Amino acid sequence: MSTDAVTALALHNPETNAFWAGLIEGRFLVRRCEDCGEAHWYPRAICPFCSSSRTGWQEASGRGVIYSYSIMRRAKVPYAIAFVSLAEGPTMMTNIVDCDFEALAIGQPVKLAIRRREDGLALPMFTPA
Amino acid sequence: MSIKGKAYIAGAFEHPTRKAPDKSVAQLHAEVALGALADAGLSKDDVDGYFCAGDAPGTGPLSMLEYMNLKVRHVDSTNIGGSSYIAHVAHAAQAIALGKCNVALITLAGRPRSDGSSTGAAPRRDNPEQPDFLWESLFGMETLNAYAMCAMRHMYEFGTTSEQLAWIKVAASHHAQHNPNAMLRNLVTVDEVLASPVIADPLHRLDSCVVSDGGGALIVTKPEIARSLKRPLVKVMGAGEAVKHQSGGQVDLTYSAAVRSGAIAFEEAGVRPADIKYVSLYDSFTITVLVQLEDLGFCRKGEGGRFVADGNLISGQGRLPFNTDGGGLCNNHPVHRGGMTKVIEAVRQLRGEAHPAVQVPNCDVALAHGTGGLISMRHGGATLIMERE
Ligand SMILES: [Zn+2]
Repeated sequence: MSTDAVTALALHNPETNAFWAGLIEGRFLVRRCEDCGEAHWYPRAICPFCSSSRTGWQEASGRGVIYSYSIMRRAKVPYAIAFVSLAEGPTMMTNIVDCDFEALAIGQPVKLAIRRREDGLALPMFTPA
Repeated sequence: MSIKGKAYIAGAFEHPTRKAPDKSVAQLHAEVALGALADAGLSKDDVDGYFCAGDAPGTGPLSMLEYMNLKVRHVDSTNIGGSSYIAHVAHAAQAIALGKCNVALITLAGRPRSDGSSTGAAPRRDNPEQPDFLWESLFGMETLNAYAMCAMRHMYEFGTTSEQLAWIKVAASHHAQHNPNAMLRNLVTVDEVLASPVIADPLHRLDSCVVSDGGGALIVTKPEIARSLKRPLVKVMGAGEAVKHQSGGQVDLTYSAAVRSGAIAFEEAGVRPADIKYVSLYDSFTITVLVQLEDLGFCRKGEGGRFVADGNLISGQGRLPFNTDGGGLCNNHPVHRGGMTKVIEAVRQLRGEAHPAVQVPNCDVALAHGTGGLISMRHGGATLIMERE
């Protein structure tokens, strides 16, 4: 898919467009259930734990720790992919940026680093805290 | 109700090709179908059930049934990635036990190599409509780094080493040297695996499977028909399937769906891991094998590294011979879907038809397990236990 098509997909999905719109404005949102209280990932209208429809957006702290990671060395420009466990609970897939790849470690604290693409979409990435 | 003893694998065929630029995908499906029927001693008109997955061209079985001009009364296109064909054997046994069909044909075929996919990891074919799409594709997730993160976490939690993972590739290469159709027939050492380039930490190039064209097919039939044929009897004893995913963000990369599918299969078959003489394990990457060995109960969680070391998976040397055809790591990984070839080599072992250099003596009970999809993310696990009668 072209980057424009992916951006259109992000901004026009009725279930999750608020997440991407929020990130463009610098707000990193997680979805939390108002009935069971649990935050989940990726964001859904219906709570994956208790099936409640009473879920809402909450601005997250942007803090987390690396659960696992890998440096994709086969890529033209190597990059770090990771699972980051957020302070709010859920673990999400992301990239670790602005870092020394060789110094990354599981358990390392990281903080949000929003990356903006040329087409305007903003992505929730992380950097060592 | 159980499928135990209700069905037999009467025909098995692996396409000898590894690169087929001169054949269509449908043609390859038909070739493997005819190969399995010939192996069983049956003809196309005997087939009354057909099973295929996402590699079959067209909508489920429709196009392939028309192409092969088959008239069946039972179809199933369960698609759980590379584990589909192992689940298909179980589903065929269920259908046979219920009288829905008598002779089930299962096919897998394709030509990713001829179509330009050259790296040792499956390309991702995401559908933008799938709900997980944006949350992974935007971060450069590929099959390779999804499995690499699983290996990284296993090393962190249990102290597993790259040397231990390398032993899995070494064992596969020991077996592949005897397979004239294998893509990689050269014997490799632990040092050679470790000296190959790291492509996604901690996985090396030689921790990855091959990409190949080709395919395979199976015939599953009811006991009366199986006994009327001239082939050794391979009985379906038990099967299990499960799907594991990210559980709403409660991610745990240390185990796979095999924990659940294996337990179900062992219970149905009435055997224990210690009874298994030969295993076919999905080997998209070395880490896949290691996690499955633990999850199926061949060793305790976290002890897979020690279990695979020092040649323990090599036929004639170790305690648990695995993938004696060379597996996906060395022999063949048609269409990036290794479940079919896993069953085929288990059938060869149970029939006593594996290469003499790798044939397991008195191989009476065997297990085949597949992990389809992405072990770190969504994947299907399918376990099948078979017995020589
Ligand atoms: Zn809830």
